[in-house]
Amino acid sequence: MWEQIRSNQIKSMMLVVALGLLLLVLGYMLGWGFADNGIAGLIIALVIWFFMNLFAYFQGGSMVLAISGARKIGPDDHPRLWNVVEEMTIAAGLPKMPDVYIIDDPALNAFATGRDPNHAAVAVTSGLLQKMNRDELQGVVAHEMSHIKNRDVLLMTMCSVTLGTIVILAWYGTRVMLFSGGGRGRRGGGGSGAAVIMLVAIVLAILAPILAQLIYYAVSRKREYLADASGALYTRYPEGLASALEKISGSTVQLKSANQAFAPMYTANPFRKEGRAAEDLTSTHPPTSERIRILRSMAGGASLAAYNMAYSQVSKSGKGVVPRSALVSDQPVGVRPASATEPQPEKIERVRETSDLMWKMSNYGLVNCQCGTKIRVPPNFKGQSIRCPHCGTVNSMSSKR
Amino acid sequence: MGAAIIALIVVAVVVVLIVVWLFAIYNGLVRLRNQTKNAWAQIDVQLKRRHDLIPNLVETVKGYAAHERQTLEAVTQARNIAQGAVGKGVGEQAKAEGELSGALSRLLAVVERYPDLKANQNFLALQEELSSTENKISFSRQFYNDSVLKYNNKIQMVPSNIVAGMFGFKTGEFFEVAVPGEREAPKVSFK
Repeated sequence: MWEQIRSNQIKSMMLVVALGLLLLVLGYMLGWGFADNGIAGLIIALVIWFFMNLFAYFQGGSMVLAISGARKIGPDDHPRLWNVVEEMTIAAGLPKMPDVYIIDDPALNAFATGRDPNHAAVAVTSGLLQKMNRDELQGVVAHEMSHIKNRDVLLMTMCSVTLGTIVILAWYGTRVMLFSGGGRGRRGGGGSGAAVIMLVAIVLAILAPILAQLIYYAVSRKREYLADASGALYTRYPEGLASALEKISGSTVQLKSANQAFAPMYTANPFRKEGRAAEDLTSTHPPTSERIRILRSMAGGASLAAYNMAYSQVSKSGKGVVPRSALVSDQPVGVRPASATEPQPEKIERVRETSDLMWKMSNYGLVNCQCGTKIRVPPNFKGQSIRCPHCGTVNSMSSKR
Repeated sequence: MGAAIIALIVVAVVVVLIVVWLFAIYNGLVRLRNQTKNAWAQIDVQLKRRHDLIPNLVETVKGYAAHERQTLEAVTQARNIAQGAVGKGVGEQAKAEGELSGALSRLLAVVERYPDLKANQNFLALQEELSSTENKISFSRQFYNDSVLKYNNKIQMVPSNIVAGMFGFKTGEFFEVAVPGEREAPKVSFK
């Protein structure tokens, strides 16, 4: 696992450097193209990039959580989710348990955020809590934990910031060039040489965002496979994640508050359209059906090597996805049996439990009427008693919980 | 003159590189050793949590299934033995905890016969806690054994074994739970 992180870090650095180079070249060409000063363009690009990164590093996590409307929970709010997160923290050997958040949304999804394992958070939707049994929930949480453990969140944040800077620069660059008629040409210098540079700058300004996006998507997809592999290893139960993905892919509900920029952080692509074709270049996530097939072809093992084998079989590329350095110290590990003896609340029970929690988190009170009806009392209710709409009994508000 | 200085510099650089390399190996060993210690501490935390949960569980079950005295006593006894084995070394502790796991799974199998008990909120919460603690024990054991394996590999493999020998790093012990029948399904008999 340590080796995997290290090799991931090297790959991450290479990627960030590639994107950064693209940014620098773009800044330089734009500066040269329309202000006759490549260095100035370079500096502007770097300053924008630096401040955006600074913000993303320290505030990115809380911003994502705030925008998605996630709410923090404690151990008593949803013991099963809390326990599963704690179990996976231990299995992944993380130094600190991430904060746990719930998003009130019927869509099935989850994401991880935080710049390093000490400042991490895991968020799941209430829909996920309702639909998944314990093994499936564990699979999803393990997948998110791998994102935290492998430092994917930091990497993807940095990449998306660089991508964002490139997009901003290119947008303003092309606008300024088009509407000012090109700074360089106007000053009457250069001649054909200047025109060529202008042309290159324009072409680059158009191509750079597309190129950057493709690099970004490619990395994001690879990270998803790796997170699946580690998820299977942590749980020792690939079927859990596989069947969770199956449920997720069967659901047609789209996440309400998803944002294009955060898409790589989710378990499954939140923008997936019904019947969308397999893996294409502009998808942040690999096709779910393929992920499921890989997990299910891990014949009798939960190790990284087993995942790697399954990957090369299913993708028919003959190549693996797990870095070789991670496979060196890999041991064959067995799959544990499904957790049958554990308390497994039925689906109706899970729905009730989750909706209770969502009411509670919105500060609604609960009055249990003697007829068995649960009366939800809004937080701004001022009355002393409340009448049960079912049986007509007047309940005192003092019994409110 | 010039050649001598160059030779000297080359030798000095090589020596410095070797020293840096040895430092790196040493630090790697220390890091792995600390990781196994941390992982062991995590197992201890979870085992203690299980010991603390059991009296509660026994009390709750007693209220509904008082005549399962034998099973209940076996659990309490196994718990006390396991608690006594804390700090007596990995092997001993693993054995006692294995016995306790066995006794607990027999108790939970017996509970299947009491629908009232299974509907009790308190019992359900306890059962969630207990089974999650069992999971946490096995996950921390998993992580501990992985860490020990890596550590032992480093100690025994060339070239880090030289450094390990020089500074007296000792191989760690695996936490193996070997209970006869732990993997078998619990037998439920109706008399």
